[in-house]
Amino acid sequence: MQLRVRALETILSEKGYVDPAALDRIIEAYETRIGPHNGARAVAKAWADPDFRQRLLANATEAVGSLGHVSRVGDHLVAVENTPKRHNMIVCTLCSCYPWEVLGLPPVWYKSAPYRSRAVSDPRGVLADFGVTLPPDTEIRVWDSTAETRFMVLPMRPAGTEGWSEERLATLVTRNAMIGTGLPKRPDEIA
Amino acid sequence: MNGVHDMGGMHGFGKVEPEPNEPVFHAPWEGRVLAMQRAMTYTGAWNIDMSRAAQEGLPAHVYLGVSYYKRWALGMEQNLLQKGLVSADELTAGHALHPAKPVKRTMRADDIGAALTRGQYGRLPEGPARFTFGQRVRAKNINPTTHTRLPRYVRGHVGTIERIQGCHVFPDAVVIGAGENPQWLYTVVFDGRDLWGEGSDPTVKVSVEAFEPYLEAA
Repeated sequence: MQLRVRALETILSEKGYVDPAALDRIIEAYETRIGPHNGARAVAKAWADPDFRQRLLANATEAVGSLGHVSRVGDHLVAVENTPKRHNMIVCTLCSCYPWEVLGLPPVWYKSAPYRSRAVSDPRGVLADFGVTLPPDTEIRVWDSTAETRFMVLPMRPAGTEGWSEERLATLVTRNAMIGTGLPKRPDEIA
Repeated sequence: MNGVHDMGGMHGFGKVEPEPNEPVFHAPWEGRVLAMQRAMTYTGAWNIDMSRAAQEGLPAHVYLGVSYYKRWALGMEQNLLQKGLVSADELTAGHALHPAKPVKRTMRADDIGAALTRGQYGRLPEGPARFTFGQRVRAKNINPTTHTRLPRYVRGHVGTIERIQGCHVFPDAVVIGAGENPQWLYTVVFDGRDLWGEGSDPTVKVSVEAFEPYLEAA
């Protein structure tokens, strides 16, 4: 595949459609700057700051955009909040739509057939694959990203984090917690 | 198109297997494919819907048998051939053999801000939304042979309008060359038992993002 892709890049750059120097910059940005730490920052701020939480849930595009990320968010980012009664999960059954701006590039499992096929019909089974068990009466709310709206989960703040700074709270926020296939770390998990 | 890409509810793919400490790219060529796709989209040669349609048009065994970025590369080759930007003999030779076709713009290293920003798909509405918050709607039983974003597993089922997401570029129109034809977009939520039967998990609710032409009042 490496040779085939190199051939394709040769053709496209010889024809002037792409500039290899620009490609280098794009790759570098995704490898170093654009990742789940951006989303974690937004979640931690929402946990620490009730006004920001309201803004995030009302208009995540605006709220996340105000944090000044490297990658500006698209026009329709939606944050959905977990509660003791409701757990949210994000999927794209038709391709692999994912909130790149806040979570970076999606992991292989998110793009895989097992996840895309089962997240909508057997979300508890999928959660079990991740070692996550929720109370049997918790509503499981699955968001299938079938258009250009993008979703991120605002997980519940772990107990025992009263008085923590946003920076410290952000260390508890995992990528999977913002997809809904995981839960934030507990304080004793990062000690 | 009722292709294998429309996976919601299918059986037989096995367990989800997360990879510990997964790298951003598993090989350098994956990053080149991602970056080329972003740069080609920047030229205006095609949009995101057309690249999805190209991947969905791959033979089913190819779609299922290749990795994510290989699928991107194969889809991009198809988009390039369809738009006449590259010809088959060039792909074989691995070099440009014919003059380039003009494109609107080429991304330079200083332009990459645009490559890192998602495209804007919201559009000004051309009329009022037909459905309202809380309304019961049925996903139409449509089976177009061209690209659509209404998954099979909700077709024919009744759900509730939970959010009205504004007016957006209509993928079904873009891919057949009928322009953006912006349509109202709704979050429609379905009860899991309506989708998967009485024996299924009663705590599950699933929503899709549905364009107005996909829906009818229930």
